[in-house]
Amino acid sequence: MTLLRSVPAASALAFAALVLAGFVLPDWAMFLVTMAFAKGLVALGIVGLMRGGLVSFGQGLYFCIGAYVSGLMANWTGITDIFLLSLLGVLAAGAIGTIFGPLLANYRGIFFAMLSLSLSMILYGALSKMTTLGGTDGLNVAAPTFLGYAPEGRPLGLALYLYTSAIVVLVGGLMRGLFNSQRGLIALAIRDNELRIEYLGASVRTAMAINYVIAAVLGGLGGVISGLAIGHVDPEFSFWTTSGEFVFVAILSGYLSIPAVFVGSILLEVVRSFSNLYFPNTWQLALGIFLLLVIVLLPRGLGSLTLRRRKAKEQA
Amino acid sequence: MELFAVILVDGLIYGAWLFIVSVGLTLVFGVLNILNLAHGSLYAVGAYTTASAVGAYFAFGGDGFPIGSYAVMIIAAVLVAIVIGPLLERGLLRHFYGRDEVLAVLVTYGVFLILEDVMKLIWGVDPYFVYQPYDLLGSVEVGPLYYVSYDFLVIAVAIIVGLLVWFVINRTRQGKVVLAVIHDREMSQAMGVNVDRVFMAAFAAGVFLAALGGALTAPMISVSPGISVNVIILAFAVVIIGGLGSIEGAAIGAVVVGVARAASVHLLPEAELFIIYLVMAAVLVFRPEGLFQKTQARKI
Repeated sequence: MTLLRSVPAASALAFAALVLAGFVLPDWAMFLVTMAFAKGLVALGIVGLMRGGLVSFGQGLYFCIGAYVSGLMANWTGITDIFLLSLLGVLAAGAIGTIFGPLLANYRGIFFAMLSLSLSMILYGALSKMTTLGGTDGLNVAAPTFLGYAPEGRPLGLALYLYTSAIVVLVGGLMRGLFNSQRGLIALAIRDNELRIEYLGASVRTAMAINYVIAAVLGGLGGVISGLAIGHVDPEFSFWTTSGEFVFVAILSGYLSIPAVFVGSILLEVVRSFSNLYFPNTWQLALGIFLLLVIVLLPRGLGSLTLRRRKAKEQA
Repeated sequence: MELFAVILVDGLIYGAWLFIVSVGLTLVFGVLNILNLAHGSLYAVGAYTTASAVGAYFAFGGDGFPIGSYAVMIIAAVLVAIVIGPLLERGLLRHFYGRDEVLAVLVTYGVFLILEDVMKLIWGVDPYFVYQPYDLLGSVEVGPLYYVSYDFLVIAVAIIVGLLVWFVINRTRQGKVVLAVIHDREMSQAMGVNVDRVFMAAFAAGVFLAALGGALTAPMISVSPGISVNVIILAFAVVIIGGLGSIEGAAIGAVVVGVARAASVHLLPEAELFIIYLVMAAVLVFRPEGLFQKTQARKI
């Protein structure tokens, strides 16, 4: 078990398992996991903010920016390379995040949540009205290529899945490193007592702004992948219910464990897909009940399960 | 000049409507400290209940006394408040008092999802039309334009609701008790206030105001799925602009947003969808806690 404590080793193991799974998973499950991972990236950004006590109800903004960058680049410039598109999406989301980050870093609690929500709704409103960008219908996104490799059908799904898995493992490892670093620990301390941190000499605003930019970047990355996986983007990406789902995954997972975020995201996608299949008219009802059950039964998130077990073991 | 007057009248009508649909939200937040995402759904439930009730009223001989449909609308809103208010508050929300605000938001998000589908199960997905109360009062001439009188009824109702809420909170014993609970929950309990009952009553009042908003709106629109999603975002903007928990703030916020939207409709139609959030963002940049919120001391 000591091997699993080392982040690179655990990441490598997780990636190997994901690659193996890729060759046995049926198409629908692969798509589901790809989408869940893409959305999990966005939720991971919220988890990073949550460690500092903030919850953004507007990550749909960056999710949407990423998705539209991938869509527009493919349509306007013919760039379909997924690495380049990811980079552009990340840069775009990061740039916008850098503008709003320092501004939002002054706000706490419900005001932060609502202000971030209003930003995403401004984008939603603007996109819905812009006919050049497809209006409410959105636009189609060309299939991605991978450094010149242009698969179709199942290989395309597999390639996207593997790409997403690699990103998730990489980002997960980096975020674990960040969370364990001084900066990451300061965020946790801010959650407990902001003023004390200021007295100790760290800047709460800077920490918050940096967490926000990281969340924006992850949101953009998740958006690029989702846009490419679905093959279509529309303003709904920026709607508040989309953002609500990200917050749900973040709360469902808790801020204690990073793998829990992606497990939580898969769980949500599974619940959604199956309730969509079996109760097509009442899937929101099923989702809502699931959400309430999780909040009532697991108030500290999925991640608290492993922690509880670890603690029990340490005490024994 | 004429355009200015038109914008003002349109803005006031829209602002009055906004105030009615958002005042319940700010009331619930003020007392329970819960930002209720399901507020829009309660509004929609009110609209649907009204559509059914008024439809039934006219189907069973209400034509002879059409003004009675207004009473039916109010009764429908009261019914929604009595049934859903205590159920939600006692059954679910009370478990989240004093916990993380954002967690409570997420709980009400779950309620929102559930109510959306429950409404579809009860009322189906086909739109309902109850135009009778809207046409009943005819129209009035304002300058060169004709307005449906019902729109001015909405303004009247908004003023009455605002004054009534203000009066109850500031000038009655029950209102003072509510203020005491807002100020210090534990202390008021120690002084013998039944805090549970205050919470239940405040939440039921919030549900009633949401449902009343729906009831008033039902005759103006086709009542169909999806009406709740937009209302909640509008109500949020209004309440945040005014300062969470402030009734006066909600009134000012509603008028500001109403006039801003009317101006945008007439001058810059492309911006109509997001002018509200733009106003909200602008207000928050200068007044981080909204227009009417006292700044609170930070904990050390």
